[in-house]
Amino acid sequence: MTEKQLMRGSHVIGEAAVRAGCRLYAGYPITPQNELTEYMSGAMARLEDGTFIQAESELAAINMVLGASMAGARAMTSSSSPGISLKQEGISYLAAQELPAVIVNTMRGGPGLGNIAPSQGDYFQATRGGGHGDYRVIVLAPASVQELADLTRKAFEYADKYRTPAMLLGDGMIGQMMEPVVFPEPVDLNKLPPKPWILDGAIGRPSRIILSLLLDTTVEEEHNWKLVRKYESIARDITSAETFMTEDAHLVVIAYGTAARIAKGAIKRVREIGLKVGLLRPVTLWPFPKRVLIEMSRQIKDFLVFEMSTGQMLEDVKLSLEGRSNIHFYGRPGGIVSTPDEIAKEINSLYHRQHLEED
Amino acid sequence: MTKKTVFAGFGGQGVLMMGYVYAVSAMRDGKEVTYLPSYGAEVRGGTANCTVVVSDEEIFSPVASAPDYAVIMNRPSLNRYEGMIKKDGIIVLNSSLVDRDPSRDDLDVVRVPANDIARKLGSDRTINMIMLGAFVTKTGITTLESIMNGLTEIVKGKKASVMKLNRKGLDMGAEYALKK
Repeated sequence: MTEKQLMRGSHVIGEAAVRAGCRLYAGYPITPQNELTEYMSGAMARLEDGTFIQAESELAAINMVLGASMAGARAMTSSSSPGISLKQEGISYLAAQELPAVIVNTMRGGPGLGNIAPSQGDYFQATRGGGHGDYRVIVLAPASVQELADLTRKAFEYADKYRTPAMLLGDGMIGQMMEPVVFPEPVDLNKLPPKPWILDGAIGRPSRIILSLLLDTTVEEEHNWKLVRKYESIARDITSAETFMTEDAHLVVIAYGTAARIAKGAIKRVREIGLKVGLLRPVTLWPFPKRVLIEMSRQIKDFLVFEMSTGQMLEDVKLSLEGRSNIHFYGRPGGIVSTPDEIAKEINSLYHRQHLEED
Repeated sequence: MTKKTVFAGFGGQGVLMMGYVYAVSAMRDGKEVTYLPSYGAEVRGGTANCTVVVSDEEIFSPVASAPDYAVIMNRPSLNRYEGMIKKDGIIVLNSSLVDRDPSRDDLDVVRVPANDIARKLGSDRTINMIMLGAFVTKTGITTLESIMNGLTEIVKGKKASVMKLNRKGLDMGAEYALKK
């Protein structure tokens, strides 16, 4: 472990990636995540075996990552919302060809070119695959700078273990903010499990072929079912969520990332006036922590989903609960960051409207 | 105890550095901290501000909609933040550049002619440390010693003469906080 230091979120992702064994970074500039690209340019130069490429476009960057992954390297690219849209074709190919890679999306206000303020408008894109075809992407949602370090490490581990792309979904706030962080020790690349599928020269062994063009429909079908079995085992193994003050709660707020922090601030305020409110914070957005939610719905009859969007995770909550509880929503899209006071007011009025004080 | 502070001025005044030094120092004191710089389509010479939260417990929101304290380096920043500061909050003003008093009468105001002091010290670049010295002494949220330690950690390798100048700046700012 290193000493505690105060670092910017974007830089922390970079350092954590290097420590996780990332040896190729390719990216194209976009605010508010340029500090990550900047950090990687220096970090990769300091490594003997590191490669940094400022690509000519987002499309080029994701395909450079794809190539590096095929050759066996731990590889990463990063961008912000509009740039992530451009990378979707490559992400679909990564999923199809079962290639590990880490993609960082520092979300900003949208749709279109939008603005550069923090937002959570890319939830659908991240959790529904984003590109074409029947696939999933592991999506991790950090809520603190320390968690950025921890989840970056995990993203590389999951990507390798399951041979699938993993996305770190943050926003402009967490990327720009500084908080104390302690990094894990760097991984020893020589001690990682071997990858008996990579394309590293076929001298002395039969050649290997990695492709996503499966013209025979029965072969493509079987490949799709194979991916599904993999996704089911991912859902069993890595689903994760944090609960906060839920034990005696009459109302539970569901929020992730930056929104979860604001919600916590709001919950602290309403607890002071005696309202029994807790928080459920999904850490993995896909797989979504459905079971925790169902379990919770035995006691909790009212949930308030809070997002920095017009309501996207809201749909996963509804799909998970299937009518078991009342689901309410509050959201601010377009790059607006609500204040804890604003959410506290919302909670307060909902609490009384639903007569939750009488339980 | 959770205290939120806004540091605001224009680019080049060392506003972000001031907040960063404060945040690192408080972290070394064992506090929880967050540092949030303003970011946007910024221009050279434009506005610069950052929010630092220091607490004994987990910090939820790094944003301050109603800061406890404000360190104000120029007049546009006073116009922008005066109305937001918490009731009975503390405001540390760079009186060399801010030519009016806050219109609220509940605020505890410390006036520090930072540019004039810096000129006397022979380096305009000390204005942020002068303001920080006044801020820390007035609020008591950390100590000048912690700030010096934090600064040493951040600017490691800087000449002893530069550190001496910064120390002098901190001390002179501190004096203004003690005046009434």
